[in-house]
Amino acid sequence: MKKLLVVALALALALTASFAMAEDTIKIGVIGPMTGPAAVYGVAVANGAKIAADEINANPDAAFDIVIDVQDDEHDPEKGINAYNATLDNGSQMILGTVTTAPCIAVSAQAFEDRIFMLTPSASSADVTANKDNAFQVCFTDPAMGTAAAKRIGETKLGTKVAIIYNNADVYSTGIYQAFIAEAETQGLDIVSTTTFTDDTTDFSVQVTEAKNAGADIVFLPIYYTPASQILTEANRQEYAPLFFGVDGMDGILSVEGFDTSLAEGVMMLTPFYSGADNEQTKNFVAKYQELYGEVPNQFAANAYDGIYALYQACLNTGITADTTPEEACELLIAEFPKLQIEGITGAMTWTESGEVSKTPLAVVIKDGQYEVVE
Amino acid sequence: MIQFFSYLINGIGLGSVYAIIALGYSMVYGIAKMLNFAHGDVIMVGAYIAFCVTQYVGLPPLAGVLAAVIVCTALGITIERLAYKPLRQATSLAVLITAIGMSYLLQNVAQLIWTANPKNFPSLVSFPSLSLFGGQMLITGETLVTVLANVVIMVSLTLFINKTKMGKAMRGVSEDRGAAELMGINVNSTISLTFAIGSALAAIAGVLLCSTYPVLMPTTGSMPGIKAFTAAVFGGIGSIPGALLGGLLLGVIEILGKAYVSTELGDAIVFGVLIVVLLVRPTGLLGKQVHEKV
Repeated sequence: MKKLLVVALALALALTASFAMAEDTIKIGVIGPMTGPAAVYGVAVANGAKIAADEINANPDAAFDIVIDVQDDEHDPEKGINAYNATLDNGSQMILGTVTTAPCIAVSAQAFEDRIFMLTPSASSADVTANKDNAFQVCFTDPAMGTAAAKRIGETKLGTKVAIIYNNADVYSTGIYQAFIAEAETQGLDIVSTTTFTDDTTDFSVQVTEAKNAGADIVFLPIYYTPASQILTEANRQEYAPLFFGVDGMDGILSVEGFDTSLAEGVMMLTPFYSGADNEQTKNFVAKYQELYGEVPNQFAANAYDGIYALYQACLNTGITADTTPEEACELLIAEFPKLQIEGITGAMTWTESGEVSKTPLAVVIKDGQYEVVE
Repeated sequence: MIQFFSYLINGIGLGSVYAIIALGYSMVYGIAKMLNFAHGDVIMVGAYIAFCVTQYVGLPPLAGVLAAVIVCTALGITIERLAYKPLRQATSLAVLITAIGMSYLLQNVAQLIWTANPKNFPSLVSFPSLSLFGGQMLITGETLVTVLANVVIMVSLTLFINKTKMGKAMRGVSEDRGAAELMGINVNSTISLTFAIGSALAAIAGVLLCSTYPVLMPTTGSMPGIKAFTAAVFGGIGSIPGALLGGLLLGVIEILGKAYVSTELGDAIVFGVLIVVLLVRPTGLLGKQVHEKV
């Protein structure tokens, strides 16, 4: 781990050195878990951000180059603060991060004090941006996701009797759940069963049986893909086949090792990013990502890619240069972001003054082990 | 009513897994007088071995179970030799801390080898499900096999303890280690044998647990391990029928609690019942009441 860090640092230094020769550079700190159990997300964000920066730097018409300084927070709030201080010491002028919610709440509070601008690609809790004018999100907030899910089910008449299984020990899951039930009422959805579990739960038979007995034709799963795969297995065993409806946390279910992907057939989910989308930008990004990292990028990488472009565009519009101090850049960006419009690979984005993004999630359904967009 | 029986059977299935794990805790406690907190993690190792043998090597399920049993038995004996035997004369607190350390060691080594990404454990049970009352009640093949395995293990272990010479030695060491040694019983090899049996059972429990509840991570063993330890204390630690009774009751209470009280309070109910039982019967349901003579 130490060795990796040293290599990463050396690389970062080498990059700084080589790009310092270029005309003008903006330095962006990327903070996220590069090691530890949440490393999957952090590494994807760093990879996506690098691809965006490389594209900008390869463009001869670009007004300036982007240099990325990646710091590891190990999905820990305290280490997040250390990583934040380290990247500022390295001369970063703004932050793309942090990736996970708990460190992001800690770092955004500190950044608010210090007047440093931060744009998180993936920390979706409403607490990240609440009462902080300097923090913006590329991902949907949890409440926005819950509302969008209820709307989708109601408006496209996917079903009327809804069962919900959520993790009540998790901020992400409860955040989506609360917004979902609020919107479900307006949509006239009948919630026939609500059950919960925690991170330690091994047995899902009760939750699935209750949904089945309540006669639910839709099971809403505002949870991550690991417990979702358990629920799908249990439902299959009980010969219960409703429509399973997931959110962005469901993204990744097809890549769980040993998981029988036929169980996920027909699962519908809302996600900001679809790697098979038919547009030039997405195709290039996916091809580049596969070439460099040997896998299909997930929504974390895509959000980070869009995040770098959003920062680039905002810096262009406000005339931020290498000489702008982080504090000056912060005030300029805070004023600029609500005016910004970005056409990204995760959709067309605008921001509110409170830092939330507004974009439309895609609905995809799993068919033959692949995502397929549904209108 | 059918619903109730359906939950009851799920509870018995879950309880059977707890009972098999609880046996490992109970036997080791009865004979070596120590709490082997690394037991839950031996389950996880067993499940990983079975996963690798069946998924990567491509051998049939039975070979996977056999490999898991062999590796876990060797692991159990090694852990005992390296970590616990040198502490045979030490205070029980020192042994307890060593066991907790061993538990973390196993989890972290597993994370290094197999990474923290969860794997989906494909069921190794190919037994068909049983459909009753015109499909209203469904007993899965996994549940049937788990309950069956539990019965076979309980019966053969009871026979082994009561009818064989090695079993007699175990009972002797459990009753009075010093006296047993004086009678010519090899205490060290008896304790090793206990660890071997406990770990072999852990491997079987690991395969059954993950076949029913398919997610496999380095921390997979810890919560079932703690629940099974609770079951052992509940039934009376050191007693084989106690482990069976404790495990089954715990599984049934957990499922029925979740079904009829609240899914949020499932675990709280389980541990609440433990506290009540220990207040009324401090030695557990089937534990020996030892009267100290002054």
